[in-house]
Amino acid sequence: MRKVGVVGAGMTNFIRRAQETPKELSYQATRAALDSCDLNLEDIESVAHGSAPDAFDGIHQKGEYLADGCGGWNKPTMRVFVGGATGVHALAHGWYHIASGMFDTCLVVCEEKMSSAMPHAQAFFLTIFDNITERPLQPTLLWIFAMEMNRYMNTYGYTKEDMAKVAVKNKNQGIKHPSSQFNEEVTLEDVLNSEVMAYPVNRLDVSPVSDGAVAVVLAAEHVARRVTDKPVWVEGVGWNLDTAYWATRDLYYPRYLEKASKMAYDMAGITEPAKQIDIAEPYDPFDYKALHHMEGLQLSPPGKTVELLNDGHFDQDGNLPMCPSGGLLGVGNPIAAAGTMKVAELFWQLRGEAGERQVPGKPKYGVCQAWGDLMQVSSVAVLGI
Amino acid sequence: MDHTEFVRGGTGLSGKDVEQNKIFTVDDALNCRYTWDTGVAIGRYLEELKNGKIIAKKCNKCRRIMLPPRMFCELCYCPSDDWVYVEDTGVVNTFSVCQVNWDATRVEPGQNPHLPAVIEIDGATQGMGILHLLGEVETDKIFIGMKVKAVWKPAEERTGAITDIKYFKPY
Repeated sequence: MRKVGVVGAGMTNFIRRAQETPKELSYQATRAALDSCDLNLEDIESVAHGSAPDAFDGIHQKGEYLADGCGGWNKPTMRVFVGGATGVHALAHGWYHIASGMFDTCLVVCEEKMSSAMPHAQAFFLTIFDNITERPLQPTLLWIFAMEMNRYMNTYGYTKEDMAKVAVKNKNQGIKHPSSQFNEEVTLEDVLNSEVMAYPVNRLDVSPVSDGAVAVVLAAEHVARRVTDKPVWVEGVGWNLDTAYWATRDLYYPRYLEKASKMAYDMAGITEPAKQIDIAEPYDPFDYKALHHMEGLQLSPPGKTVELLNDGHFDQDGNLPMCPSGGLLGVGNPIAAAGTMKVAELFWQLRGEAGERQVPGKPKYGVCQAWGDLMQVSSVAVLGI
Repeated sequence: MDHTEFVRGGTGLSGKDVEQNKIFTVDDALNCRYTWDTGVAIGRYLEELKNGKIIAKKCNKCRRIMLPPRMFCELCYCPSDDWVYVEDTGVVNTFSVCQVNWDATRVEPGQNPHLPAVIEIDGATQGMGILHLLGEVETDKIFIGMKVKAVWKPAEERTGAITDIKYFKPY
């Protein structure tokens, strides 16, 4: 396997409803990523892009539709799609293009436009549930989040206040991100007093619905060193898929994520992740998910994570900054693009270019993760400098 | 160097821009219809639900009694073996009290919230839960570990569907 570097990154603003089409959003992010490393489309040999359900757009085979916005015109272009895990999975996918020796450069582009679905994209999640044994019960995706959160809190004795602290931390951190959908600080009371959606989930426990796109440029080592003096290396990638019989496994612990992260850590030569990882960007569509994922990522002992949160361990200047980007809760959640935003964040953080969000010291390793489908899939990448 | 110059585009619109036709939009409504075959395992499951019974399938290799029943064991990756009736009682593994409908509209004031739960059915291998609903219970009295029993539709109203069980209630 060849060494693969991230050499550029760009993204759009994340907003509730973008005027731009999915293709235009993809173009903006991709052009920005190319400009960030002074490359042009003719320097790019392949494209690995990702976008979540076609149903959001009402455009079937969205991959083909999106391709030219992603720079995929007349190139070997492949789309990956694993629901919410797509954003980091697309990086693993692009990594293979180069690590295999097949290509020297690859664009990784993820886009989501959720606002076209009327009146609300949420309705389309009905169709991810089992069509015969679950859909007649008219489930919403909120059900399984709420039930997973309830099971998780109940297993370890965590409280709603504990979970809400993550929403406060990430949302207020996200204000520092230039792409963020938000500009107002929230308090613990705001979160706890926000609309009850599905006990134990309140409105502000959840990330928003968003439109947006993110792109990164990958290059083989010899190209990466020529393009930039600060390449960020993809040290390891991993992913894992559990069964779609989601009700038959205990939701308090994401076993598939443990396996995905071990795959990535093994590749990166990381033996003690909690000590060796300097920055974590766990997937945080709901506040509790950030903590649930820190445990699955082996970055916090199960049941002790709230204690670490309360001690400031996960703050921007803590021992292990968690979601310094602001995460999905603080920047926004255009599904596939949100995962790639985490890749871009590690790129900027490890290069010392994250502005107000910059974690102190000289971070060497970061891990990012995305998650999706019926509580069953995770993708993980370890980046290092 | 700061990365902020590499944030571009994503021009925000408000709902009003759309409602008041300040921008061009095009509307469409897809109407998709399907007729799904239920398959061998779920077909039998539904047939037994119509009879007022819950049936599972056993894998003789890992010895799991699997619910919903399946024709192959996904762990051992071999054909599953015996059909096994299980109880119509179980234990709440987790639950929610949901004020949001499937299409993101809200439950109207005065209407009952949705009460989804994962129920570990007695007689199936521990941890083999199914998604269903709770009923005949005060929302603040529901707890993880609560014992529940199926409330069936009257026999003449059953159609061979998961909704032949109306909900599970405490007992």
